[in-house]
Amino acid sequence: MTTPEAVLASPLPVTSVRALANPARRRAQVGWNVLWTGVSGLATLWIALIVVVLLSTIVLGGWRTVTWEFLSQNPAQGLTKGGIFPAIFGTVALVLLMILAVLPVGVLAAVYLHEYARASSPLTRLVRFAVSNLAGVPSIVFGLFGLGFFVQFLGRGMDHALGQGLLFGQPAILWAALTLALLNLPVVIVATEEALRAVPRSAREGALALGATRWQTVRHVVLPQALPGVLTGAILSVSRGAGEVAPILFTGVAYYLPYLPWSPTDQFMELGYHVYVLATQSPDVAKTLPLLYGTVLVLLLLTFALNFTAVIMRSRLRRSMGLGT
Amino acid sequence: MNSTLFSTRSLALAAALLVPLCVLGCATRKPEDRRVSVKGSDTMVILGSKWAEIYMQANAGRTIAVTGGGSGTGIAALINGTTDIAESSRPMADAERAEIQKATGAPVEEHVVARDGVTVYVHTSNPVKSITMEQLADVYTGKITNWKELGGPDRPITLYGRENSSGTYVFFKEHVLGGKDYAPATQTLPGTAAVVNAVTRDENGIGYGGIAYGEGVRHLSVAKAGAPPVEPSEATILDGSYPLSRPLYWYLTKRAPASARAFLQWVTSPEGQGHVKDVGYFPA
Amino acid sequence: MIAFPSKTRAGQRRIDRIAEIAIGLSALATVAGIVLIFVFVFREALPVLVDPATRKTGGLAQLFARGAWQPVSSDPRYSLLPLILGSLKATLVAVVTAVPIAVLAAVYTSEFAPNRLRELIKPVIELLAGIPSVVLGFFALIILATWIQALTGSTVRLNALNAGVALGFAILPVVYSVSEDALRAVPPSYREASLALGASEWQTAFFVTLPAAWAGIFAAVMLGVGRAVGETMIVLMASGNAALVSAPLTDSIRTLSATVAAELAEVVVGSTHYSVLFFIGSLLFFVTFLLNVAAGLMVDRMRQRLAGS
Repeated sequence: MTTPEAVLASPLPVTSVRALANPARRRAQVGWNVLWTGVSGLATLWIALIVVVLLSTIVLGGWRTVTWEFLSQNPAQGLTKGGIFPAIFGTVALVLLMILAVLPVGVLAAVYLHEYARASSPLTRLVRFAVSNLAGVPSIVFGLFGLGFFVQFLGRGMDHALGQGLLFGQPAILWAALTLALLNLPVVIVATEEALRAVPRSAREGALALGATRWQTVRHVVLPQALPGVLTGAILSVSRGAGEVAPILFTGVAYYLPYLPWSPTDQFMELGYHVYVLATQSPDVAKTLPLLYGTVLVLLLLTFALNFTAVIMRSRLRRSMGLGT
Repeated sequence: MNSTLFSTRSLALAAALLVPLCVLGCATRKPEDRRVSVKGSDTMVILGSKWAEIYMQANAGRTIAVTGGGSGTGIAALINGTTDIAESSRPMADAERAEIQKATGAPVEEHVVARDGVTVYVHTSNPVKSITMEQLADVYTGKITNWKELGGPDRPITLYGRENSSGTYVFFKEHVLGGKDYAPATQTLPGTAAVVNAVTRDENGIGYGGIAYGEGVRHLSVAKAGAPPVEPSEATILDGSYPLSRPLYWYLTKRAPASARAFLQWVTSPEGQGHVKDVGYFPA
Repeated sequence: MIAFPSKTRAGQRRIDRIAEIAIGLSALATVAGIVLIFVFVFREALPVLVDPATRKTGGLAQLFARGAWQPVSSDPRYSLLPLILGSLKATLVAVVTAVPIAVLAAVYTSEFAPNRLRELIKPVIELLAGIPSVVLGFFALIILATWIQALTGSTVRLNALNAGVALGFAILPVVYSVSEDALRAVPPSYREASLALGASEWQTAFFVTLPAAWAGIFAAVMLGVGRAVGETMIVLMASGNAALVSAPLTDSIRTLSATVAAELAEVVVGSTHYSVLFFIGSLLFFVTFLLNVAAGLMVDRMRQRLAGS
């Protein structure tokens, strides 16, 4: 539709060079330029304003609550007092389990896509299609899948096989972690692929020339150099995993537990879910409002710290590889 | 970069260590110390949590996990087998009892553990002081839409209610609405506290929920047909003169472990019942 | 059988084989993942289509008939129409409030902004993208609802407008990044030709570059819509959750995603309610799947066309 030829032929308000010589016309031109630059600049400013307002209301509402006691104590008196330590612990345990599951599969899948696959083979296209669609599945559908596949199918199947009653066939941190792992698979794959792409071909060619096999090249030359990018992906997935609530709603999270999730079959508390519960089902809204703000702030700080680290690593990686942003 | 951290040998070692750890973690505990799961009514969750807190303090080594979600959630979990005790602010329906019979081979055990009165909340500035059962039904089915029809100011009524997983939702539907549907405009909130919170911020709001939650709002006196309005209080709820008094239940199945039965015994004992009023409900 | 770095060529070849199998399996895992999601979500929804007991109250005829959503009742009714309308209202508000801003900001960033500003804008957008949706839901519930209520004078605090604006915040980063990528993909020769012919910068941006990237922008909007339809926590906390069929945006709504999240905990496995909720999940999966595929096709088409010229 729009090619240089079309631009010439279109009824575009293209001014001729002579018109530019006309000062009045020129002023109008500049005027419109300023207007439209201004409008779109304002749109950008508006987005920045949204971010500033969001963050400042949360920080102002919550900074007083976030003390060491808040971070290290258990909730007490029906969530109206105390701290959020179990939620922090549960979030950390959840994402650790998730990383154990998602990192190997994601990295190897990216290695397939970048090192082994032929660009036009149907399997490659299928895998890329699967990855991009996995990224678009709504988080609640992941929750349904976690319930229907991991808890009901795998869990109950395992219980039948082990024959010791209901152990795996109910919500557990294991299933929640695996659900989140599937959700974050695209994140890890995309980040790893980016990292693999940044490794110069010469490195691979050098290794192959010295007699290394393909796997030896990947394992000892490419992957070590791609490690920062892989870690970026891991950090981004952890940040996303810590924030998503819908996938864990039915796969293992609980609103108050007097124990910590030391076993993979345990349920767990989690920061994002704690925010949801305090905001909607708190036993005394007035009393828990400061705690709610505090929890939101802690969750935000956690996700931002992770994202920030990932961004720094990514820009360092890019700079060291000689690419622009 | 010599990646000895990720060398195959160390990875294999790590895997070999993790597997037995997982198995150990999944091992069953002693029957008395087995964890008890209490799930269900949001109305009762504050009571259940308080009981659990005190019981755990008195009996080291016992663990009780209390979660809310609504009476329907608790009952479903009891049927699905994922909880030991279901808290419910409404009696179980026949269909649900049949499911328990099918799943466990024995009827469900019903215990009344406390008493409550479903209170009608309005904003503190609302001049309306009492309402009849019929008016209440008309308000929540959408027939009455303005406060002036109840003797109040000329302002529209905003309806706040509970999610359909709530026992209070079901109780109110059966006892006040006579089984009719709630008006579609009723905003459904996930917990009693959310209902109270909404009504405190909305001058035109009306809500309902357990009596223990009513901080910051006014309670309306409710009148049965042809009788004077009765204010919800300990006396009127325990003697049943408040029209919306109701028992609060705990349900167990044949599958309940010894630890759950021990907890139930403590809860129904004078010691356990002594804590009910601290939460705002009344002893059974 | 663990293979350690081998000293023989044959040993190394064996290790390579094992590695290749692991790599292939991992790649297939992604495909298996999406297939399994499809299978298991649809499997639990199947009774809606085939089981006679479920079809009595929760079959396709009832799901898409006009009526109420009253699953917990002695007379359960499962009409999805109020829920679909709710999702549509929220998505509409989100798109109207987010897309123009996001696209304009993308135009600014790729066409007008000086380089240093560009470096600043990207982290701001990433900051917004990093905010978990439960936090946006919290913000909408506690803070935004009060502001919107003051602005519109509505008697209803939690409504479609509130949820929709917060949804808009959630989809802003997606629409922005994909639009910006699309605009950046337009070859500089287009801009240069236009400027050489005497068009000003804004004319170039709005009449040449933007139209050239329209497929990518359209894809961005589709991805935004997909995200808005599937988003759960924001609508669960901020929309009032009333299955109401009405026009005003200041009325509460109940969306498809929030219904699943709110009600799944209380269903007995295998009941009609359970199957209907999984059916809703299948619907959501299907819709977002279509939108993603369409968006992907649009981006491919745009790349081809721009590369061709």
